[in-house]
Amino acid sequence: MQSLIKIFKYSFYDVLRSRWTVLYFLFFLVSTFALLYFSGNMSKGIVSLMNVTLTITPLISTIFGVMHYYNSREFMELLLSQPIKRSNIFIGQYLGLAISLSFSFVAGTFIPFLSYGIFVSQEVWDFSLLIFTGAILSFIFVALAFLISILNENRIKGFGIAILVWLCMAVIYDGLILMFFVSFNDYPLEKAAVIMTTLNPIDLSRVMILLKLDISALMGYTAAVFNQSFGTTSGMIISLLSLSMWAILPIVLFNSFAKRRDF
Amino acid sequence: MQTPIRNNIVLFVCVILCFLTTFLNFLNANQIKVGSQCSISSVKQAIIAAKKWDTIIIQNGNYKERNIVVNKPLTIIGENFPVIDGENNGQIFLIKADSVTIKGLQIQNVGTSYVEDRAGIRVSIAKNCLIENNKLFNTFFGIYLAKSENCIIRGNEVTGIAKNETEAGNAIHLWYCKKMLVENNHVTGHRDGIYFEFVTESKIFNNISTKQIRYGMHFMFSHSNEYFHNRFTDNDAGVAVMYSSHIYMHENIFADNWSTVSNGILLKEISDSRIEENIFEHNTIGVYAEGCARLEIKHNNFTKNGWAVKIMGDCEDNRFDENNFTANTFDVVTNSSLSHNLFEKNFWSEYTGYDLDKNGVGDVPFRPVKLFTYIVENIPPAIILLRSLFIDLLNLAEKVTPVITPETLTDNMPMMKEIKW
Repeated sequence: MQSLIKIFKYSFYDVLRSRWTVLYFLFFLVSTFALLYFSGNMSKGIVSLMNVTLTITPLISTIFGVMHYYNSREFMELLLSQPIKRSNIFIGQYLGLAISLSFSFVAGTFIPFLSYGIFVSQEVWDFSLLIFTGAILSFIFVALAFLISILNENRIKGFGIAILVWLCMAVIYDGLILMFFVSFNDYPLEKAAVIMTTLNPIDLSRVMILLKLDISALMGYTAAVFNQSFGTTSGMIISLLSLSMWAILPIVLFNSFAKRRDF
Repeated sequence: MQTPIRNNIVLFVCVILCFLTTFLNFLNANQIKVGSQCSISSVKQAIIAAKKWDTIIIQNGNYKERNIVVNKPLTIIGENFPVIDGENNGQIFLIKADSVTIKGLQIQNVGTSYVEDRAGIRVSIAKNCLIENNKLFNTFFGIYLAKSENCIIRGNEVTGIAKNETEAGNAIHLWYCKKMLVENNHVTGHRDGIYFEFVTESKIFNNISTKQIRYGMHFMFSHSNEYFHNRFTDNDAGVAVMYSSHIYMHENIFADNWSTVSNGILLKEISDSRIEENIFEHNTIGVYAEGCARLEIKHNNFTKNGWAVKIMGDCEDNRFDENNFTANTFDVVTNSSLSHNLFEKNFWSEYTGYDLDKNGVGDVPFRPVKLFTYIVENIPPAIILLRSLFIDLLNLAEKVTPVITPETLTDNMPMMKEIKW
């Protein structure tokens, strides 16, 4: 346990000190300020920030994850020669990166909203949900990136696959949903839509936030079905479970691969 | 040359005589006081005792009366809002005579009925009535006029406690009426706030209708009416107007009608009408038009609506001129690939074109129907993709090279700045 914390601490500060994290933090700081300034309205600001968050957070987390894994390979191999539990090394590295990334994200978005008085507005919970999903998306995509990197010795190939996975989840998956809707338009699609959304962390986060914002009224009957599935407490628990499964599964897989790997 | 002058003289004499008779009537008119200290202690007794054109003054107090029939021209005035309580057991006033005035009463507790349309004040086949400054509370139907003419309903406050549509009446309900004035009323908590059926040549203005469980205003088959300076907010389904022509609606506010089935205003089979200078703000759908023809929709503000305008394919020859569309999730939706309506000189906050010659009109036409709105219209569950990156990319692609969105639904002269009037 001690060693896990030590490795986590080292990795956390290492990442936090790097220019890229600062840049990432600054990016969110500036864009959130800009969004709030131009929309003038907290609720609209949250919606716009949601668009940014759901695209950028997974992308940056993926890239960072892959880069970090390949860059710290030698260091990891050095650690492996020490009498430390294997899983501690890898989990420590993972937590260090994921936590520092979500830290930059949360700080970058939180400071502007705080200065616009988020705590006295009605949107506190919507905003907390946004921050929470942003953070959990960082965890998910860092985990996926680590998994992909350990499966591919070749850096270029690993990088390519990681970007492809991001592209699939952020863009292509929605295209497939739409194609599915178009081809099965004659059938009741609401349930299928709920299931398909639950399977993709980015879509699930988007729908969770939209349902909390009053945009949900636009969604008519579909929203009613969705609210039944996601809006209730059990729905919320299922969504959160699904999200955390997306973070836990890849890291468990990664861990088991790391244990068996001959470095 | 002689006859017209003689006719005029005859007419003049007639008018004078008319005035004289009414004047004499007024001289004849008595005041009858009703109160716990007076000889007459109930409204019913007072009406029996009264002669035509008398004035009945009801002193402050609590009167447990119902089914009060006013069958002669009387003026009934309350002092400091005396309470007339139906004890949830039946209708309160039934006016069956012409020229009746009811003023300054508090009328309450009519009780729900599934058999009859009970009302606080019901006017049946009467002319020239005046219903002014009354407070109605829990009256199933508030003010109900049938087959009446030339009446004024002014300054009343009608408050209902309706819970669901089947057990609720309307606040102001007019049926087969003509030449009515409905002004300065404040109605809330009913099924429909202001309900008209077969009402013509009437004016409805300065009313506030909020928190109805169905429509803030609802009218059908009511031609040639004018609606202005009204406020319809927080109604569950907004405002619905149907099967009417020659309507003039101006300077009304339609706001916060926000639920899954809510429209700022629903126009069904409305023709030859004008909708001008209204504000549509924060409604699920600002204007929903179905089967409408020759409407002139001009100088309206559409702000922060889910859908600003939803116009169905069966609408023809409608014009949208010089309206402001700002910060709506969707500006215009239609379910048809052809459009027979004209959008011109509107301001669209989504417009990204340029204006090289600086004449205030954008040089590139604006297409208010986005690809995604079109998809959602045809495949409703697709709305779950709202604000997804893929959809933004699709919209962008469609914007650059339009393929699917209605070719003819464009604003060829989009304004660069918000329009003021």
